[in-house]
Amino acid sequence: MINFQYLRTSSAKSAIALLLKDKNAKFLAGGTNLIDLMKRGVTAPEKLIDINHVPLKQIEQVGSKIHIGALATNTAVAEHALIKEKLPLLSWALQAGASAQLRNVATVGGNMMQRTRCGYFYDTEMPCNKRQPGSGCGAMEGFNRMHAIFGTSEKCIAVHPSDMCVALAALDAEVVLANHKGERKIAFRDFHRLAGDTPQLDNNLKTDEMIIRLEIPVSNLAKNYHYLKVRDRASYAFALVSVAAAFELNNNKITDVRLAMGGVAHKPWRLTASEDFLKGKEASLSNFEKAAELAMKGAKGFGENNFKLKLAPNTIIEALNLAKSKA
Amino acid sequence: MEKRMLKEDTDRVDGILKVTGRAKYFAEYELPGLTYGVLVTSTITKGKITALDTKAAENAPGVIAVVSHLNKPSAAAYEQEGGPQMKIFYTDKIFYNGQPIAMVVANTFERATHAASLVKATYAKEEFNTDFAKALKDPKAKKLQGQADYKRGIENAYKTAEVKLEERYFLPIETHNPMELHGMIADWRPNNQVTVYAKTQGVKSTQGTIANVFKIPPENIQVNSEFVGGGFGMALRTWPLEIATVMASKHIGKPVKVVITRAQMFTMVGNRPAAIQTIGLGADKDGKLTGITHRAYGETSTYENFTEGVVNMAKFMYQCDNVNTSYAIVPVDLGVPIWMRGPGEATGAFALESAIDEMAHALDMDPLDFRIKNDPETDQQKNKPFSSKNIKEAYKIGAEKIGWSNRKNKPGSLVEGQWQTGYGVSVGVFNANRGKASVKGILKADGSLLLQSATSDIGPGTGTGMTLIAHKLMKIPVDKITFELGDSSLPPAPSQGGSATLSTVGSAVNDVCEALKSTISELAIHSGMDPTANFVEVLKKNNLPAIEVTKESHSGKERDNYSMYSFSIHFVQVKVHALTGVVKVSKIVSVGDSGTIVSPKTARSQMLGGAVGGIGMALTEEAVIDHRYGRYINNNFADYHVPVNADVPEIDVNFINKPDPYINPMGAKGMGEIALIGFSAAVANAVFNATGKRIRSLPITPDKVLG
Repeated sequence: MINFQYLRTSSAKSAIALLLKDKNAKFLAGGTNLIDLMKRGVTAPEKLIDINHVPLKQIEQVGSKIHIGALATNTAVAEHALIKEKLPLLSWALQAGASAQLRNVATVGGNMMQRTRCGYFYDTEMPCNKRQPGSGCGAMEGFNRMHAIFGTSEKCIAVHPSDMCVALAALDAEVVLANHKGERKIAFRDFHRLAGDTPQLDNNLKTDEMIIRLEIPVSNLAKNYHYLKVRDRASYAFALVSVAAAFELNNNKITDVRLAMGGVAHKPWRLTASEDFLKGKEASLSNFEKAAELAMKGAKGFGENNFKLKLAPNTIIEALNLAKSKA
Repeated sequence: MEKRMLKEDTDRVDGILKVTGRAKYFAEYELPGLTYGVLVTSTITKGKITALDTKAAENAPGVIAVVSHLNKPSAAAYEQEGGPQMKIFYTDKIFYNGQPIAMVVANTFERATHAASLVKATYAKEEFNTDFAKALKDPKAKKLQGQADYKRGIENAYKTAEVKLEERYFLPIETHNPMELHGMIADWRPNNQVTVYAKTQGVKSTQGTIANVFKIPPENIQVNSEFVGGGFGMALRTWPLEIATVMASKHIGKPVKVVITRAQMFTMVGNRPAAIQTIGLGADKDGKLTGITHRAYGETSTYENFTEGVVNMAKFMYQCDNVNTSYAIVPVDLGVPIWMRGPGEATGAFALESAIDEMAHALDMDPLDFRIKNDPETDQQKNKPFSSKNIKEAYKIGAEKIGWSNRKNKPGSLVEGQWQTGYGVSVGVFNANRGKASVKGILKADGSLLLQSATSDIGPGTGTGMTLIAHKLMKIPVDKITFELGDSSLPPAPSQGGSATLSTVGSAVNDVCEALKSTISELAIHSGMDPTANFVEVLKKNNLPAIEVTKESHSGKERDNYSMYSFSIHFVQVKVHALTGVVKVSKIVSVGDSGTIVSPKTARSQMLGGAVGGIGMALTEEAVIDHRYGRYINNNFADYHVPVNADVPEIDVNFINKPDPYINPMGAKGMGEIALIGFSAAVANAVFNATGKRIRSLPITPDKVLG
């Protein structure tokens, strides 16, 4: 038997204290990905710290920000009146992910921490630098239809599978992290990492840290928004490409705009060049097309995923079109 | 009972049991002393096992035995020369990646699972090829004849036709993957008495296979398989893993349960093999077909050949004097395929029915008109009349219901924003089979009727259909009729496959009921009663608790005189997104032409299931292999995409419901296969109509639509 210790705690402080004692421990929240990984032999934590009873499920407005506790479920966030009203892009993105059953137990923190769905990562008989650094990348010259076109490294071309995180990157969310010494706050866009030389690391969470909450500024992006997810079936499939688009319009002029893509990189892929271009411009198809073109700078296909070089800009254009038509 | 009280339809007789969890599937049987087997599989694709280290597994807690080729648990037939190449646990040869090489048996499933991970194999690897397309191009690769070449009239006549086309079509590997995982519980007891709880489409077939492998009398083997959680063809044979389960039980003298994993469902229980097909069509300018050529290559394994009816349809579906077909199978280093719903015909229909649509387009004809124009009056292949065929009526019904008149012949004509709308049609056809089966009927003085046959129900509602046949003949209320199946000790019936059960077993039910009726009538006369007297009174008067009749039933000479097929027409409307390439099936109308509909509700369910399977075949399903390793990449339900509810629109099911005068006493023809056959082509044709893009490679995913 692969034995592991199971612990349960009901406060963030004690959870962090338990984590500090054993660097091979892992937090267990919804378990929708972690348990799969354990069953497949991809990961074998010596200690599971069940944090489901830690009171971090709040969804509330604090000043000009909306706070979402790390243990709020995906469903609770997606269906919360405050989120639907003020951050509908986030609600839409969440509902595009997984299945209703999974969303009911999957948490916000767990969603951020989920691993790639690359088939080579999950098959322990295959090479994978993310699972076993130095073993090679199976996908690079293999089945890479689902894989990254941006920010890839020679070591890994996996994508981060989350929909929620794409919206959070677009919405300039911040993440509050804590260890035994105290809290720190980082931009959500800096939470996940590119693969680089360390594909085994998905994010910048330190081994002694815990995700506490998200803080998302309330903005005027609740009117013209869309989360467009292109996938192989209508539900319960990871994105081939997804786009979170939102903008603020003033006399058909774009005064603020956010664009991020999923299914294209090792992290949610914010499209700053496209945003910069669109700011102050008219919300027109030709400008959308130009923004999409700018977004593709540096994109690179690996064979089976070459179609994303066409699908990605098309999806950006359509997401912007649909965001505009919401008015 | 008055005739007006007769029910034309009923709910599924075991529906309540199924939805309340009381229906017991094979894995749910608890036997005293039950142990759990978990299979260890090869991690190379071809070669030999040079060493198998089972020590750690044997020493792991709870482990009772590790069985493999090292200890060769006794199986008489495997101890002899010859027989199958891949004799499980009797060979050190590896034929494919994921082949079972050992089984760990332990006192809990979890312990067996863990111990299985401790078995370490060392291999001598050999070069391999799992890439079917590559094998086809390799002049050195074996290409075996799968079916005799067929020729009527001039070979390749399409080449000299006024209008001609020649196109290639590709179908990837698809897997059956029913919700219920495969496996078996085997209980080998002293004196070579064996009981198994199986997931099988044929209890008699499972019994026969076990008898052959272990060389014990079939009577010693009791096979139970009352409920099956989906088969789609994968449970039509007794797989090596099942033989292994029986071996293990014999070896340890305890019952053993094996339930394979979802990933193992991709490698141990067959699949729909990949196929590459070429269709050549020729027509005159008026739209009469002058030549049909259908050449197909199907995938098979290196250790066993598998063939199916890929090119059957081309031989008779359309009026054409010049037809030739060929079909070869090409071995690759993968597990052996098996029939999957609609089997080869569904593969063939994708190509043929796409090509027919392409030809209609080349002729600038409505594809429906083109089909009607080339609809044959007789079967030119068999040179016989069809026993019944109402295709033209079916076309008419379907066209009206889908709104075919809204279709524009010019592709890409119906555009709304980024969405393009298209309509497609396709025909499905499958042999209307009738085999030989026996049924026992026990008519009881309490007013009930018990019918028994060793047939199966993998989901179509066998018991429901049989109950309705008996209900109509005997005029006994549906809830007083019980149909027992899935038990090898019952009167023999063939496996449930090839859409034959209702026709085959239903005929025996018919004959049993007729015999019971005449026995009752004779008894009535004998005891001075009216010959039409109620059977309860007749039995009571004669002091009989019950009467019993067993009948064997099979078809007669009519099969020599007529060509018997079931037909279906699938109409679909699709919406295709111009920017993202997403295809949504927005409307489905299926019309079944399969004789009398005996059980309307379950028949409709068959058509619904076929359409959903058809959406999968057309748009989402593809088992992907990394040919560098010979391993499946998407061997789970997150990555192997079967349609979800959101992919399925409302499905309008229609039946012609006219009896076939020759097939059997009910006039009913099978319909499990036709529900799926042709559907994928209807979608491909609709995508073409929507976009002008002809996609000849399934599944039609967004990348292909955009490409």
